[in-house]
Amino acid sequence: MAGTAAGGRRRSRVAPYAMVLPAVAYLGVFFVYPLWSLLRTSLSRNSGSVFLPTLEFDWAWSNYGDAFTDFRDQIVRSFVYAGLATAICIALAYPLAYVIAFKSGRYRNLLLGLVILPFFVTFLVRTLAWKTILADDGWVVSALDTVGLLPREGRLLSTSWGVVGGLVYNFLPFMVLPLYVSLEKIDPRLLEAAGDLYSTSWRGFRKVVVPLSMPGVIAGSLLVFIPASGDFVNAQYLGGTQNTMIGNVIQKQFLVVKDYPAAAALSFVLMAIILAAVLAYTRALGTDDLV
Amino acid sequence: MTTLADAPEHAAAAGPVPPRRAPRPRRWGDRALRAVAGLVLVYLFVPIAVIVLFSFNEPRGKFNLTWKGFTLENWADPFRYPQLTDALETSLHVAAVSTAVAVVLGTFVAVALVRQRFRGSGAIDTFLVLPLTAPEVVMGASLLTLFIDLGWNRGFLTIVIAHIAFEVSFVAMTVKARLRGFDWTLEDAAMDLGATPTRTFLRVTLPLILPGVVAAAMLSFALSLDDFIITYFNSGSTVTYPLYVNAATKTGLPPQINVLATAILLVSLVLLGASVLWQRRRLTS
Repeated sequence: MAGTAAGGRRRSRVAPYAMVLPAVAYLGVFFVYPLWSLLRTSLSRNSGSVFLPTLEFDWAWSNYGDAFTDFRDQIVRSFVYAGLATAICIALAYPLAYVIAFKSGRYRNLLLGLVILPFFVTFLVRTLAWKTILADDGWVVSALDTVGLLPREGRLLSTSWGVVGGLVYNFLPFMVLPLYVSLEKIDPRLLEAAGDLYSTSWRGFRKVVVPLSMPGVIAGSLLVFIPASGDFVNAQYLGGTQNTMIGNVIQKQFLVVKDYPAAAALSFVLMAIILAAVLAYTRALGTDDLV
Repeated sequence: MTTLADAPEHAAAAGPVPPRRAPRPRRWGDRALRAVAGLVLVYLFVPIAVIVLFSFNEPRGKFNLTWKGFTLENWADPFRYPQLTDALETSLHVAAVSTAVAVVLGTFVAVALVRQRFRGSGAIDTFLVLPLTAPEVVMGASLLTLFIDLGWNRGFLTIVIAHIAFEVSFVAMTVKARLRGFDWTLEDAAMDLGATPTRTFLRVTLPLILPGVVAAAMLSFALSLDDFIITYFNSGSTVTYPLYVNAATKTGLPPQINVLATAILLVSLVLLGASVLWQRRRLTS
């Protein structure tokens, strides 16, 4: 019994439950219950008068069918945009995370601080700044125009690329940080060993670093893909009426049209597709212990 | 701005060969890699630079979206628009209240989970991640349905409730990450010496986990200050800073928005620097 190792045994059995209870209860009331409430709404029907609308629960599965048929374009677009943004984020974040993890020396903390710094400027204000940068008479458009790289619309604002660019920008730090964490854990001696065994550094990178960084790639992809697929701010500011995403529809149905069942059904369609995409992705990369 | 972006180059130039380095590095490959990383950092900072620059703009008309000329007037009068100032105050208020609650809830759950395994700890661990996997628009919408069901008026309170709901998980994750490898036998030592559990927590555990808790609080505060989507659904007639900006995109964007955004950035920079120095001092002492 004596000795420090007995600590776990001596602790109260009730204490951990008392400590987790407040947070779990809070999330039960303000996260799980609202989702339940939303699920019920998604299966309800609008009734009552125009002035006093009420919702009646009656297993209205047709809300889901309507959501798919009415907003198929937005649903498809959301996942294409979010998928593209995730892929571009991986491509941009990997070199940065790699340099921070392996080559930054004593500047490591500074660089990590710089990566999260954009978070300290309001998301909306940053997105508005992109509106200025990508403006039709701005220097980016004219530079791209000069070298002939401008998309055929002749502009960047109100195009798919504007929206995807905004998504990439806003969620890039969420890719850099988990990637950095998994790269930083890699023992550099593994790379030395690969070198000693006459591996080229490229081969060493591919066979050692990439597989070991997969947990970071997956975590980062989830952190980018999930918020990107539900986002409506980038589409609202940087896209036009042709580039709306599922989030724009949910927002509009909820707050403007006030068709709660349709908006609720769309929310669950969004979550179901996210779940399917996440499962397929983690399965494909071979680490299903993450979910 | 340029000094920030150049940082990786300085890192490259600093001192002798860093200890962590792949064998037989090919110099050009190495340089290209650093250059790409530097460009990505620059990309992260371009909009920030534009925001800071446009806080010195002298716009003609109501919208501060195109560059017209340099002025210091906006900085001389940052609180010119009372509604904007009120909105920022509301945001700071929401962030402070929600962070205070979320830090307490999140820290307790994190400490309990890391300190010992108990029946259901794995399930609680997974449960805590769930709010992070729900898109914001769904979280905002579901809370709105709850508040409509309950017949609550949306306003300050509902914004705070919504913010706590997404902050708790972030706090718990951050504190948990910082607690790995923590020596829990120190608590036993304190109790062996006659300290009560409460006293042990306040005098031994808390000071040791404090850096993690502070980091979590800063993250939570920043997330709250920044949140637009969830707030948008649950705000009623209360206006936070992001909500003001959103409304202003239709009626007129004063440069004071940029002035306040830049001021928030500067304050964050100072706090970030202070926390880095503080942790370094703790580590060396």
